[in-house]
Parts: sequence; structure tokens; C-alpha cells
Amino acid sequence: MTIVKDRLKSATAAPTRAARLNPLIVLVVGAAIIVALTYTLPPFRTYQLATVGAYLCVTAGLTVLTGLNGQLSLGHGALMATGAYTLALWQNKFNLLAVGIVVAILVTTAVGAVIGLAAARLRGPYLAGLTLAVAVVVPSITSTFDETFNSDQGLSVILNPPPESMTVEQWQAWLCWGAALITVFALTILTRGRFGRDMRAVRDDETAARLAGISVARTQVSAFVVSAACAGLAGALFAVIAQSVSPGAFPLTLSLFLLMAIVIGGLGRLTGALIGALLLVALPAIAHEIGESAGSQRLEGNLALTFFGVVLVVVMLAAPGGLASLRIPFRRFRTKKH
Amino acid sequence: MSALLEVEGLTAGYGAAPVLHDVSLTVQAGQIVAVLGANGAGKSTLLRTLSGLLPAEKGRVVFDGQDLRGIKVERMVHLGIAHVPEGRGVVTELTVDENLRLGGLWRKPQPSLAPIYELFPRLAERKGHLGHQLSGGERQMLAIGRALAAQPRLLLLDEPSLGLAPKITAQIMTLLRDLRDRTGLAVLLVEQNVRSALSIADQGIVLSLGRIVTRHDAATLVDDADLRHAYLGF
Amino acid sequence: MDRFLFLTFDGLSRGAVYAAFALALVLIWRAARIVNFAQGAMAVATAYVAYSVADATGSYWLGFIVALVAGLLLGAGVERVVMRFVDHSSPLNGVVVALGLVLIIQGVLGMVYGNEFRPATAPFSRDGFDVGGIALLSNYDLFVFGAVGAVVVLLTLLFTRTPTGLRMRAAAFAPDVSRLLGVPVGGMLTLGWALAAAVGSLAGMLVIPTELGLHPTAMDIVFISAFTAAVVGGLDSPIGSVLGGLIVGLLLSYISGYLGATVAPMAVLALLVVVLLGRPDGLFSRSAKARTA
Repeated sequence: MTIVKDRLKSATAAPTRAARLNPLIVLVVGAAIIVALTYTLPPFRTYQLATVGAYLCVTAGLTVLTGLNGQLSLGHGALMATGAYTLALWQNKFNLLAVGIVVAILVTTAVGAVIGLAAARLRGPYLAGLTLAVAVVVPSITSTFDETFNSDQGLSVILNPPPESMTVEQWQAWLCWGAALITVFALTILTRGRFGRDMRAVRDDETAARLAGISVARTQVSAFVVSAACAGLAGALFAVIAQSVSPGAFPLTLSLFLLMAIVIGGLGRLTGALIGALLLVALPAIAHEIGESAGSQRLEGNLALTFFGVVLVVVMLAAPGGLASLRIPFRRFRTKKH
Repeated sequence: MSALLEVEGLTAGYGAAPVLHDVSLTVQAGQIVAVLGANGAGKSTLLRTLSGLLPAEKGRVVFDGQDLRGIKVERMVHLGIAHVPEGRGVVTELTVDENLRLGGLWRKPQPSLAPIYELFPRLAERKGHLGHQLSGGERQMLAIGRALAAQPRLLLLDEPSLGLAPKITAQIMTLLRDLRDRTGLAVLLVEQNVRSALSIADQGIVLSLGRIVTRHDAATLVDDADLRHAYLGF
Repeated sequence: MDRFLFLTFDGLSRGAVYAAFALALVLIWRAARIVNFAQGAMAVATAYVAYSVADATGSYWLGFIVALVAGLLLGAGVERVVMRFVDHSSPLNGVVVALGLVLIIQGVLGMVYGNEFRPATAPFSRDGFDVGGIALLSNYDLFVFGAVGAVVVLLTLLFTRTPTGLRMRAAAFAPDVSRLLGVPVGGMLTLGWALAAAVGSLAGMLVIPTELGLHPTAMDIVFISAFTAAVVGGLDSPIGSVLGGLIVGLLLSYISGYLGATVAPMAVLALLVVVLLGRPDGLFSRSAKARTA
């Protein structure tokens, strides 16, 4: 029983460092910074800023799922697609964006709950394989039901013009960052409480968590549902930014990019999710510039892909203990190995 | 005559705190040396370090004149050292015959298994059975038989009596004594079952908390009541 | 009935390819406890090399051999350079590294060859023989059956009849004990990866001409089907993976034929979910037998 207590202690000890920051202050300061940026950055940078915000929604949710709860999902690109298509269909019928975003979140949450129920019973490579299958297969649904989803062409999204005092980019950045800050705020509150403690306990040792009276399955499903809701929100925001949705926007590589973002950003910390979201926008942009200066279209997307892959592999090999060592002190890992 | 195995000042363990401290011992060819001591005294750690599964932190191990530092585990058997680990290490997914063949696989040409089957008729009967279908005693015979298939000069044997009926333990001890007498095999025998180990051993070494606390002829250890009380608890 | 026959033969031919690919996954799983999520990308990479050689020399068969050799080398390289250094204390680590390799391979292929589909010719006619009015079993189908059959037989012989096969099995089941018995466990692991990757390359060479052609992501959906096949058969069972491959092939063929090709991927997903939740050890797992023994 002392083992269980130790585990729980280590599980609860982790967030104290982050706890010094008051989430409400972060929220207000963050909002102020974003507003200031949208009035100083040129339109294209503002658009990129909006994209970072949209990515932050999903990487934050995924950080909670993988970093705090230890579940790997390769299917969050598909969940984003779910949110995006829901919003597109809603907008084209009702054109009521605020409600549409909520509906997109709800629908994705429901889908996420179904996957999460299955995921809670699976471990390691089986879970990875199932979510990988979701990521590969779900985009093809658009071809199966092409009357609704218009197969590979996708759908355009009807949107009202932004308020007259703002540019489109400013409006997009405000929308995305408003959503992102609320998401991060909510996740911070959520993970600091009992739910966060339960998740860390489940991640570190399922048996010990069970002995301590934590329902492992319920915790895992909850974590999946929360992260799915975040992915749905992000998908809806991407549909708004791009003003269209198509299966090509949600390939398998998107899911892999998301994974990379949270691994590199540092698992289990929401600041890591922000770093990851920034990388997701910055790296392709840099690769794009290199490709343009080299005059090679082939380089563009593929350079980013290769770079992401190399970084992912190097981080995993260089961090002693890979994923785990990003949260467990090295000493503990070493004594466990023998 | 120099010893077959010479260990000098061996210190080893699993990370920060060493389990073995400054252990020195020798085993002559044709000698059975029993390593005795309580649970956690470092007996298995000693064998694991000798066969290279654990790196030594300090000290020297010389086998037949060759320093074993830096020799890979998989080379040890080529030199003539066979290690039967605790829990017997039978590959349960393989058949009895496959396990035995595995033992002599590195030899060219591969040795016949007939002498092993002659030694353990029970194994011959169960040739085609998978490891996990065997009883504890059969597994122990298989593990020893497999080690012998490599025709070693030194056998490192970890708790062969663990979980076995006294009758089977006695059989195994008799077998070891016969092998020593017949082939000159040297055995470093780790045992908790002190009486049966000393019944065949030439020398007894007592480990406590990773240090050698006493060493004597097996006969002396058994006969001297003071020694027995002090170190062996009977 | 004619259609059913046609679909059955078509499904078996596809299934044979999935079987080979699933077998490759099982080989690595048994040896290293890693599901090689990079296997599809690795197979595509060797197929690109093969068709480059075939284009340059005009010989498909030279390219075919090059694909297999490249598979061996790539598999050994991936194990030696990358996978050996992955910390396996969490099963997620191997998965993440494999996915990183997917990104690298797909990125490099895109840079070198571009992201358009390139035609990949088949070495034999894909027109079926006319049997009583229905087109059954093309020369290419026979080639597929022959190649996959040969691989299954050769691997079976290797694992059951040769000292190396015995060493590989022992090293996979009990690495520490095997080392004590003089088995070079690291070498066996490298060999296992090499063989598996070569089998994966073979599967890639067989399947790519029957699909849209060469593309960096050409094997993504094949990987999912083969992973499903491996799970259906049980990740630990080579025989199971072959049967699983045939089952998935038949299922896909019937569903494509009767319900439409676009439904097929969802059917694979559904099968995967059902098997994972119902019998995660696979339909033919020996666990039941082991329990009674």
C-alpha cells in the first residue's frame, strides 16, 4: 500500500511547479498579447497567428490525453475533420457560427466517446493501430457519402463577413485565440483538480491507481472525450479559417504532425502544447521559404515532412527513456530497468 | 596449478548501491564450490556478474588464464562457462529437444544429444513437449542438461533445488557429484538448501549482505557446530 | 454465382498480399515487441528503388530482386541505427519512432520522386483466364500466389528446420537465457528486421501494380488492412497472420464487389474494432490451448 501512496504522491507532486502561474492571469495577459499582435503584425502573419491558435486547441487536448493520461492517439486528425465537416454542414444550412462551433464540438465529442470507449480497453500498439486506422479510413467516408460530403472536392463554408472595424485576418485571430485561451484555461483548471490527479495516477501505474479506488476505464474515456472535444473545436476553427473543408486537409500526416508537436513540446505540460502549435505553423513556413528560394515545388511540403520526422526520431532517441523520460526523473527509470 | 576460475575483489550491483562487495574466490577444475547465504545475500548477483549479465564495477575475473573483462555474455559459453539462471531459464515456447539443441548450437559440429538423454531418460520421454508443459523437476533437468550440452568446464548453477521435492533435489545433487568425478566438471553452486549443497560440495562459501563472511571445507562447515550456528543457522 | 467466384479469387489474391505484409509485421512483433508502423513506408521506398532500376535497365526482374535486397538492407539498417536505441520501457516509444520514420521516408520519397502517382507495371498479364464465361485467376494472380507461397514455405523451413531459425526463436522468446547459451541476440534481432522488411518489400512489389501505382503514401491503406489481418490472426502467430490476410482479402473483395469500393476501408476499420474488442489475442490465438495444457 505504501507503493500506491508513493505513486500518488509522485503523481500529485508534478503540477506544483506549474501551479505558481495563476491561470486567470495567463488568460488575461494572453488575450492582451494577442490583441496587441493583431494590430501590429501584417495580415499574413496575423493569419498564421490564427492558425497557431487553432492548432493550440488540439495540441492542448492531445497533451492532456497522451502526456497526462498516457494514451496515444493517431486519430485526432480525423476528429478534427469531424469537427470541420460538422461546422461546414451547419453553416451551409443555418449560417449561425457560434452555435455551429458548439455543435461541431458536441458531434466530435460524441464520436470521440465511441472511439474512447474502445480505446480504454486497448494498450500500446493496439491502441496506436486502431487510431491509425481511424485516421486513414475516416477521410474516405467523404467518398462513401459523396452526396453529403462531396467526396474529394469537399465543401465550401458560408460565413458572414467580419465586423467592419476589423480585417478578416484580425477577426480570425481573435476567434481562434479566444477559443484557444478558453481551452487552455479550462484544461488547466480541469487537470489541476481530481481529474488531473486521477489521470497521472492511471498513466504511472494502472494497478496502483485501481487499488487507490480510481476507475481506470472512466478516467481514460474521460481523457479521450476531453481531447476529442478540443480536436472538434480546432477542426471547426480550421474550417472557418480556410472557408472550406476537404479530406485532403486532414491526411494521416496531420495526425502524425500533431503527435510530433506534443512530443517535442514536452509531454504533459500545456506550455509544450503551445510550443508544438508554434512549430506546426513555423516549420512548414520555413520549409516553404527554402523550397521557394531553391525554386523547387517538390521540396516545399516534403522538406517539412522530413524535418518533422527527423526531429521526432532524434528527440525520442536523445531523451533517455524517450516519451517517459520527459516526465519521469532519469534516476527512477534507471532503477526500474533491471 | 592455477585455478580454473579466479575472482578478485569483485564489486557489482544494480545502480547506485552495489550488492556485492569485494568478493574473492577460486574454483579449481573438478571442484564443487557451494555459495551459501540468506535471501538477498548477493548469491545470484555473483553468478550474474560472473557470466557477464551484469557488468562488474570493480575487480577481476579470470577464467582459465583469460581475463573476462569486456567479454560478451554470448561468448562465455564458447570459453566453457555455462550459467543456469535462477528460475531455470527453460525457453517455455520451445520443445525439450529444441531447448537441448540450443545448448550445443554454438559447437561445430553440433554435439549429439544422446549422452544428455542417457543422463536424463525422463527428458527423452518428453522430447517433443513444450517447455511450459514440464514439471518443475523436469525443467531443472532440462536446464542442467542444456547447459551440459555445451560441454562446459565450469557450471554456474543458481538454486537448482528451488521448488523441488527433496527426492528430486537429491537426484540432482548426486548427478552433479558424478559429473564432477567422471568429467572433472567444476561447479559454482548457489543454494539456499545448505544441507544438500554441502553434501556434495568440496568447499563452502558463506555470503552475507554481499560480503564473504567465511569459507571452509564443506566437511568442516558441516561438522563444526559453532560455524554452523554462526553462519548457517542450524 | 459467377460474380461470387470472381470475387473469391480476387479476394484470395489480394489476401495473399495482405498475408505476406501481415507476416512481416508478425515477424518483427515476435522478435522485438514492436509493431513496425513504418513498414508500409519502407516497402514503398524499396518499390521506388526497384522501379528506378527497372526503368534504367529495362528488366523488371532485376528491379524485383533489388527491391528484396533493398528491403533486407533497409530493415537491418532501421534496426541497427534507430530501433536498437529506442527505450522500450514504454511501448509507445517504439510506435512514435516508427511514425517518425514514416514521415522521413515519405518526405524523402516526395523530394526525390515527387508526389504524383507514377505508373508501376506488372510483370504478368492481369487479365483473367476465361473459365466458362467468367474471368478467373490471371497470370499475375498465379505469380502472387506463387511468390507468397514460396515466402511462407521458406520462412517455415527457416524457423523450424535450421539452427539460425532456432536461434531466432529462442532470442525472441528469452533474450537473456539465449545469450547465456551463446546466441548472438542482437544479430538475430537485426536478421529478423531484415527478413521482415524484405517480406514487406515483396508485398509492396506485389500490391503496388494492382493499385493506383507508386506514391509515397501508396501503402497507408494496405498497412491498415495488413495490421488488421495480423490482429485477426493474433500478432504472435505467423500462421494466424496468413489466415488473417486471406480473411481480410476476401472480406474486402466481397464488400467492394457487392457494396462498392468506397465502403471497403470502413469495413476494415469495423473488422479491426470488432476483433480488438472481442478477441484481442486474435481469432486463432493459442492462449486457450496454452491455458488447458
